[in-house]
Amino acid sequence: MRWEETVVEEATADKEDTSAPETVVQSSVPQPKDDFQEELVIRPLHSGDIYASFQFRTLWETDFMRGNKVSHYRLFPKSLGQVISKFSVRELHISFTQGYWRTMQWGQPFLPSPPGAELWVWFQDSVTDVDGTWKELTNVLSGIFCASLNFIDSTNTVQPSASFKPLGIGNVTDHRFLRYATLPREIVCTENLTPWKKLLPCGSKAGLAVLLKSEKLFHSSFHSQAVHIRPVCQDWQCKTTSWELRQTLNVVFDLHTPGQGKLEWSLFKMFSRTLTEACPLASSSKIYIDITDDPQGEQFEVSPATHLLSQAMVLGDRRTFSVYDLTQQITFGTVRSLNLLIRWKSSEDMLRPLLHAERYVAGYGLQTGEIHTLMYNNHPYRSFPVLLLDSVPWYLRLYIHTLTVTSKGKDNKPSYIHYQPSKDRVRPHLLEMLVQLPPNSVTEVTVQFERALLKWTEYTPDPNHGFYVGSSVISSLVPSIVAMDTNSTREQPLFSSFFPCKEESSYFMRVYTEPLLVNLPTPDFSMPYNVICLTCTVVAVGYGSLYNLLTRSFQIEEPSPGLAKRIANIIRKMRGVPPL
Amino acid sequence: MAAPLTLLLLVAVTVRAALYRSSLADLISERVEVVSPLTAWKRVVEGLALLDLGVSPYSGDVFHETPLIIYLFHFLVDYAEITFMLADVITAVALYLSVKDYNKQVFRKQKYALEADRYPLDCLELIRSPKEMQYIPLKVAMFYLLNPFTILSCVAKSTCGLNNAVIALFVLSTIKGNSRTHSSPAEGNSIYPLTLCAAALLYLLQRQYIPVNLRRFSFWWFVAQYAFMYLGSLFVIVGLSFFLLGSWDFLPSVYGFILSVPDLTPNIGLFWYFFAEMFEHFRLFFLCVFQINVFFYTVPLSIKLKEHPVFLIFMQLAVISIFKSYPTVGDIALYMAFLPVWSHLHRFLRNIFLVSCVLLACSALFPVLWHLWIYAGSANSNFYYAITLLFNVAQILLVSDYFYAFLRREHHLSHGLYLKRKDGSEATLVLK
Repeated sequence: MRWEETVVEEATADKEDTSAPETVVQSSVPQPKDDFQEELVIRPLHSGDIYASFQFRTLWETDFMRGNKVSHYRLFPKSLGQVISKFSVRELHISFTQGYWRTMQWGQPFLPSPPGAELWVWFQDSVTDVDGTWKELTNVLSGIFCASLNFIDSTNTVQPSASFKPLGIGNVTDHRFLRYATLPREIVCTENLTPWKKLLPCGSKAGLAVLLKSEKLFHSSFHSQAVHIRPVCQDWQCKTTSWELRQTLNVVFDLHTPGQGKLEWSLFKMFSRTLTEACPLASSSKIYIDITDDPQGEQFEVSPATHLLSQAMVLGDRRTFSVYDLTQQITFGTVRSLNLLIRWKSSEDMLRPLLHAERYVAGYGLQTGEIHTLMYNNHPYRSFPVLLLDSVPWYLRLYIHTLTVTSKGKDNKPSYIHYQPSKDRVRPHLLEMLVQLPPNSVTEVTVQFERALLKWTEYTPDPNHGFYVGSSVISSLVPSIVAMDTNSTREQPLFSSFFPCKEESSYFMRVYTEPLLVNLPTPDFSMPYNVICLTCTVVAVGYGSLYNLLTRSFQIEEPSPGLAKRIANIIRKMRGVPPL
Repeated sequence: MAAPLTLLLLVAVTVRAALYRSSLADLISERVEVVSPLTAWKRVVEGLALLDLGVSPYSGDVFHETPLIIYLFHFLVDYAEITFMLADVITAVALYLSVKDYNKQVFRKQKYALEADRYPLDCLELIRSPKEMQYIPLKVAMFYLLNPFTILSCVAKSTCGLNNAVIALFVLSTIKGNSRTHSSPAEGNSIYPLTLCAAALLYLLQRQYIPVNLRRFSFWWFVAQYAFMYLGSLFVIVGLSFFLLGSWDFLPSVYGFILSVPDLTPNIGLFWYFFAEMFEHFRLFFLCVFQINVFFYTVPLSIKLKEHPVFLIFMQLAVISIFKSYPTVGDIALYMAFLPVWSHLHRFLRNIFLVSCVLLACSALFPVLWHLWIYAGSANSNFYYAITLLFNVAQILLVSDYFYAFLRREHHLSHGLYLKRKDGSEATLVLK
């Protein structure tokens, strides 16, 4: 054990520059200070499942906007740094999710993500050909994350006009530099987790990342890993900016045993590993356990016990957390390993999430259909507006004149509609609407569509599985019960500081609906030759009959003589004698 | 003649109005045999809704009508049903008047030929009498208005009805010889009626007694005048379409769409399944072949039928309806309306029973096999495609049968009806 510790310390002593002694020679270039923080939040859910959210944040003090090339990378991964500089990226958000987040059973996630892969990027103003850069960027990211992001092309990329405002600093309003694409069919597996783990400064060798074992992580109801890169302010005056890289991993573990009596979870049960140390490169490494639902500790038991408590305003609610600081050796106790054990009784009542959405396809047959999106506002007396973003592939032809928005049985006209119709095989439909949701109500948005017949080469190898339609995105500022903290530079846990908070009375929330699976009529794939032959036969029948009638004339038919006479005629012709 | 025609119009309007009020109207307007991506009413409403939203209707791929339709329905969208019924009425009346005029000319020509003793003696039974020709215009109007295909097309509010009205007016102005009203609005909604200008040109030449002789100046002078007028009206229409939205976006959306066939929605034509199953490498080649196929019958047919331009118009309309990229039953109804004009050919028709049975059976099978493919899921696209093939073969047989009968009658009129072989026995006539 001790030998392991020394080896790690020696190795990281080379990498770590942040605590260099003051006797270093004053160089002309000031040493940039990188910062790495890691945290894990464990929240028991009311359905008996347990929600674990990892966040790893690397702050990199360098300024790309001034155009100087960087070649020295410390904590920030080189592959992503090169991506940012080469493609003039301002913000990059990519997520890979397996499973669908069940808002009504689990509450709100800290970081929402749609099933499949989602990528949205803000480019800098200096980019001249955004579409070309986008195409190159998706291919490079596809290589970095071992995912098939090369399927992102113009047929599933949209430019939202109001959703997806930048999350970092910058007041860009020109949406020409924004691109958004989803691949709802994308599957997440160990192949995607491994390169993601490699981007961390300690890799998966020390710190919280040792818990990320793929056989346990993928044996779960919900798994989402994401990378978010954005520029942030260093201080409240915002004189200097630095790049922030957040790598997040959200996982919800199933409850296998029926919930009788007390539920018990431990780190070893969830991740099949225990923690032995924090990442030496991390300035802060903490575990937060959400104990809000039972502060007295009667129903709730966490062992080993800790006296550190913290309160944070997250998702419009003030939550209390037990904190374990992994940078303190005392946390690991005498056995030098930390295995958190959580025992609690699940209670029936849960704070109902204020905003929730569902989506489904109605209709029968393969000719037409209807997309219904239901948005629930569960606030008892406040109404608030939501931005609905829908990106529907071109082969489901939407009819925007059939769009209806009804709340409580009455027509609810959206105050802002931005609709870009699709072009066959070029771009998808984009529908963005600002809808005011009345309090305690369900708003239903319906639109009819027609299913297209595609060319036989455009179907996937399993055409009867159906075609996926990406999730709708519903973004809104939801009124909060407690006053939110608008001071962004104060030290806050990572999970509460992701979405910038501009005002105290509301917080930003994004909800994703289910993706849809729609069947299209298929031609018979075994028939290309037959079809060509048969259709050309019909055309030839037409041509042949008209040709006959156009080029021939009517004549009296003379009966042809018998075979003997014909042969005799041939011989006579050869002899030069008139025929019979 | 006015009273029976009025009665017919009233009956037709009543039938359509009754169907508009019933629940069948919605069902019919969804049928792919009756509406196509070019003519569907749902898409016209969608285009107007996009215009209201501030988006150009041609920025997407839903709306494929010319801007003239936007002009028209911007004001008339609430009176759509009346507009389509009126279009049908206009078509029927135009066909009635043009056939009446044509019959008069036919009878006059026949009289001159009889007086000049140009017919052999034994084919007097082929001569047509005024009594027989009296009810033909009414029958033409009836064939158009009471044809189930036309009624379906009207109830579905397919803009094919408007196209048919424009083509019928074109035919009327040709037959009346009225060069001032003769124009090319038939061009407006699709490019295929371009082929009708050759037939119209031949008719007008005949009416002016200018012989079709390539060496004579008068012929070329008339052709030049006609071409100038035709192209002029075409440019006026295209220019008007440009000024509505101030952009040329409608050209690829309307004419580019018709020529390049990107939308493979099933219909009663030959294009959709062929291009759904086409190898990418050959797509452009076969697209060119199929589009040329519509146009290239013009010259041979014009040469063969230069004495009979109205039959040429009928043949052209039939060829367009069968081989165009997005045919509907409304196009078929238009050329079928001309069939009573050639009712005197009945003794020379060979396949008419077979053709009518096949057409009836296919019309009944279309909705059945569509339902089995799309809704029940127990058949697949091949079934519907097979009926499409059969339907088109039947139409081709119908058209070529009438062509054969027409040519044969012409042959008999010049060579005599009862032909004898050299040895005096009864002869059979074949095409050689």
